Amino acid sequence: MAEVALVDVSKSFGAVEAVRGLSLSIADGEFVVLLGPTGAGKTTILRLIAGLERPDRGDVVIQGRVVTDEVPAERDVAFVFQQYSLYPHLTVYDNLAFPLRSPARRMKEEVVRRRVHQVAELLHIEQKLGNRATALSGGEMQRVAIGRALVREPAVYLMDEPLSSLDAKLRAELRLELKRIQRELGTTILYVTHDQIEAMTMADRIGVMNEGVLIQLGTPREIYERPNSAYVASRLGTPAINLIPAELLGSDTVPPQARTVGLRTEHIRISSADRPGPLAQVHWVEHLGDQNHVHLKLATHSLVTLADPVQQLKAGDQVSLEFTEPLYFDQAGNRVGTDGLRGHA
Amino acid sequence: MAEIKLENVAKTFGSFAAVKRVDFTVDHGSFFVILGPSGCGKTTTLRMTAGLELPTSGRILLDGEDVTARPASARDIAFVFQLFALYPHMNVRQNIGFPLRCQNFPRAEIRRSVEETAKLLRIDHLLERRVGGLSGGDRQRVALGRAIVRRPKAFLMDEPLGALDSEFRRLMCGELRELHDRIDATTVYITHDQLEAMAMADRIAIMNQGRVEQIGTPQAIYDRPATMFVADFIGAPPMSFIDVQTSLRRGDRSVRIDGAAVEMPELFEDRAEGKFALGVRPENVSFADASPLRGRVIGAEYLGTTQIITVVTANGQIKARLSSSEAVRVGETVGLALRPDRLSLFDATSGQALHSSLYEGGSRG
Repeated sequence: MAEVALVDVSKSFGAVEAVRGLSLSIADGEFVVLLGPTGAGKTTILRLIAGLERPDRGDVVIQGRVVTDEVPAERDVAFVFQQYSLYPHLTVYDNLAFPLRSPARRMKEEVVRRRVHQVAELLHIEQKLGNRATALSGGEMQRVAIGRALVREPAVYLMDEPLSSLDAKLRAELRLELKRIQRELGTTILYVTHDQIEAMTMADRIGVMNEGVLIQLGTPREIYERPNSAYVASRLGTPAINLIPAELLGSDTVPPQARTVGLRTEHIRISSADRPGPLAQVHWVEHLGDQNHVHLKLATHSLVTLADPVQQLKAGDQVSLEFTEPLYFDQAGNRVGTDGLRGHA
Repeated sequence: MAEIKLENVAKTFGSFAAVKRVDFTVDHGSFFVILGPSGCGKTTTLRMTAGLELPTSGRILLDGEDVTARPASARDIAFVFQLFALYPHMNVRQNIGFPLRCQNFPRAEIRRSVEETAKLLRIDHLLERRVGGLSGGDRQRVALGRAIVRRPKAFLMDEPLGALDSEFRRLMCGELRELHDRIDATTVYITHDQLEAMAMADRIAIMNQGRVEQIGTPQAIYDRPATMFVADFIGAPPMSFIDVQTSLRRGDRSVRIDGAAVEMPELFEDRAEGKFALGVRPENVSFADASPLRGRVIGAEYLGTTQIITVVTANGQIKARLSSSEAVRVGETVGLALRPDRLSLFDATSGQALHSSLYEGGSRG
């Protein structure tokens, strides 16, 4: 059964259409990530589900119940914000216990204690329970903030870029931890982010958004391998997909309506200049440690691809390119032809 | 253009030592990045360089001249904070020209400098526009323009891209580096984002708890980390460590793990029995059925082109970066092969890397 559903929901703020006719259904125990740039409408969707905003049109359904007209407190959701908002004068324990002690809930202190310890253990902050919230590192504070949502057992957790204020290393750790917790508890999470790595590694399904519209919804592999548009293709992948004019390929396998060709790094094979295929020049090799990017010039277009560690390329080298399984897009940016489809591994 | 030199610079706030004897030289025209976690002392180091803090001890030299006690205004250095701080009621021309107007430059000269700067940043077509209506990228460019219009000797930048979307940050990284190459200005840039550092720096200084752990080119730091801290801070995912309890001799070319001999670069020092850590980067790990080094797969993170596989062994967790086309099942037991010429060995107690042919050899093929 769908835990949360949006049915043809629209929301405008003045002249700005933040969300446009959007339908989305999240299954029980599913981790759905909405991916999109700032202003895509991701946060508005969370706020609509939480009841912090009212849709102009359409309905919000939680556990089979239409909640569009209900106030936030009546909806069974927990919200985790980007900035951890802890009570600085309280200990970690009291911060975690706070949502359970609200007058609306009236839980026995013994039950509260059990829940708090359970969650603290899950988040590896048991030894910090006696600390003041202000005596924690950034990563610990954010774990407490997530924990404060987890002590409750709502129908759905709504998370608005909860990791974005953390440094890269902590973000990577918490990413794994959050996924582990979600899997262990079987919780339903709707998570919004602009970070493609977070989306790829945590999501059961990713919803790619732009300008208030859900452009594509699917598993990370579907979205990456079979994007429905050049926009979606360009949202995922490091280095980003290369989009070049179709005529540059000059091959008869290009579908007639194709205007743009999308080439991911795994679709480009580099060999010595005496081999057949379009000729390109190595512009420079960028050393990023684990990923070394080769910047190529093909006619007047730039291509970026991963360097093969065995292949010793240097600036100025002439190379021959072979393109395998490219993606084709028409004038409007929609994908065309089946040539780009890849089977599942 | 300027050379910046810090000699034994330290700073304490009360009883807290924020920076403990830091030494480095930033060459003329180079892009130098100070990288480290929050609280490592990088911002304090930058503020001392700018003249916004006075060091407790040590000297700061700008082109060989001691400027330690000189205030920021007398150093001819531009400090760029978050790039978004623009004056909303002024247009682009007025925003860029503001620092020159404050110094009472003649109008004609202001006009010329502003237009030159705008051309350099490719925003000359926007000069009469209000900043309010600009895209994020153009706003960043205007803010940069305001910093470079004075043509200072050096730029100091404090996480200028911190507030941006990750995707946009990558774009601005490329642009900042390109701008640097065009105006050839000495730049000191601080960040906690290792990818930013790797993408832009000529040299990186990695700081931890007020000390510099290592200074080097991005490639050198990545391939030959001097300490376990550096190995762990650089790389996404970082280096994995395998616990080893052994004694070591000069000339050793392998180390025993669970009875299996694992090949490594030739060792250049003797060590008594103790705890060590064998460090391996994810891209240097592959699956090998016959390998005696075995573990259980506990996670597979799909990244598109590649996937990150986490394997638990008896001696630690190892991450491998494999092609996404390789089928991996969580729960299965796999054998692991480590690329011998790329392994680092650390003293697990001090965290320092041991000398070996990888480290002494300097650049590798």
